[in-house]
Amino acid sequence: MRVHFLTEVHPSYFIQNHMLNRIPVLFILVLLTCGWNSAGQENNPLKEGAKACLRCHGEPVYTLINSFTDQSQKKMMNPYLIIDSVKFHQGVHRTFNCTDCHDSGYETYPHSADLKMMPMANCLDCHGGDDTYAKYQFERIDEEFIKSIHVQHVGDKFTCSSCHDQHYYQSVARNASSVQEIVDYNNEMCKDCHGSTAKYRLLTDKMQRPLNEIHDWLPNQQLHFDNVRCIECHTQVTDTLMVSHNILAKEQARKNCSECHSANSVLRASLYKYENLQSRSGKGTLNAVIQNESYIIGANQVPALKILSIIFLVLALAGIFTHSFFRFLKK
Amino acid sequence: MTTEKIYFYPVWLRIWHGFNALGILLLIITGISLHWSGDSPLISFKTSVLLHNISGIVVSVSYLLFFFGNLFTSNGFQYQVKAKGLAKRLMKQMRYYAYGMFRHEEPPFPLSEKRKFNPLQKYSYILVMYICLPILILSGLALMFPEVIIEKVYNFSGIFLTALLHSILGFMVSLFLIIHLYVASIGKNPLKNYRSIITGWHEMNH
Repeated sequence: MRVHFLTEVHPSYFIQNHMLNRIPVLFILVLLTCGWNSAGQENNPLKEGAKACLRCHGEPVYTLINSFTDQSQKKMMNPYLIIDSVKFHQGVHRTFNCTDCHDSGYETYPHSADLKMMPMANCLDCHGGDDTYAKYQFERIDEEFIKSIHVQHVGDKFTCSSCHDQHYYQSVARNASSVQEIVDYNNEMCKDCHGSTAKYRLLTDKMQRPLNEIHDWLPNQQLHFDNVRCIECHTQVTDTLMVSHNILAKEQARKNCSECHSANSVLRASLYKYENLQSRSGKGTLNAVIQNESYIIGANQVPALKILSIIFLVLALAGIFTHSFFRFLKK
Repeated sequence: MTTEKIYFYPVWLRIWHGFNALGILLLIITGISLHWSGDSPLISFKTSVLLHNISGIVVSVSYLLFFFGNLFTSNGFQYQVKAKGLAKRLMKQMRYYAYGMFRHEEPPFPLSEKRKFNPLQKYSYILVMYICLPILILSGLALMFPEVIIEKVYNFSGIFLTALLHSILGFMVSLFLIIHLYVASIGKNPLKNYRSIITGWHEMNH
């Protein structure tokens, strides 16, 4: 609730009107940081609009002017409205103005309370039907997503942003240098709701059971949690999409261990396909296996050792057979 | 021809051998199921994991019985290494298996209370029991608790290297088992040695 005798002002106003007496100090600071600024701007593609928003939303504390007392006042920012500017800067949408997705009314400060009710642009508003983004197959992702248990259960309330935080989104599956990076990034998305009661309750009134309890049937549970993505078992593998988006109902989740733990492991078509595409040739060769970051029983096979073991086994059996033959002959 | 019976294998040794034999057999079968778990594995992956872990623990505990039994009883003398003339002794025994026994020659190293194994048996047992099995047990325990394994050894996954070592040694022990079972059948009566590891009494033919 807003208090009428308080007038909140944008920080730029504060800087302009309350720091005039510090001009000489500022002037020196500007001179000193001049070189850094000009170099930094090249690597800092943030739009001016985004920078303005981050002055408040990038900090845990913001300043306003109380018009009644004419004094500046510091207030805590709502933690859910704080944007991590470093992570934002690493995300694919770093070149955006906040109002590219949020209502342009947010450019005015103080913000009107009604703005919260305004619908936001969704991903397909920008990415849909545009050849620039054709390779990302947003329409196909949308088709798969609509079939997912999330949409089936929650309906329209479940959107891309329920999993993907557009502020920080990175195309990890395409660009990560290690499988571990892909696993960590992806699983954080799932844990964001399935490991947090608050966010889970935003979407459903169902009681949430702890993840380790739900997966108590899974041997070496933590090892699986740390080294494969949740979607390895909870989606249907789609060869033509980088990441499967059809999250299955728990009854349909993969529970047959040998689907992953075998020479024809489905992980080759899911988690490991990125490495296969980027750096591996000749799947299953000693080098490919050794370069691997982890070991999957049944899936990591070394063909050279397999041949050697067959040779030794045949030699041993042939030796035994020949020896038995002569034993029988010379009895 | 007279038959003399010598008490060869004390109770503790036979208990160890029984547990070890059953455990190793299960480990081999479940190990193959895990490594080649495809569309039709011998035993399902999940059951194999459980059985492999249980039999691994059984073999590890029974190994302690073998190790301390040999450390504190006279049976340990059977495993003492004598480097001098080793190659010559091994060659002599190999010649007997490959040639002499077919010509009905007397064994070069007849068994007695003091010498329960011929040189080939003795050194293959030493190799398997004091080198292969301890490494297999340690690597197996490490794979059971993979968080203790070093993450990276240069560019290699620590778990992968441990699993590779475990599989290679597991295969060697499997080969040993096949040969061990065959060699045990050598003698006047093919079942004689199998009987003696159960009863403890070894029949000596004179």
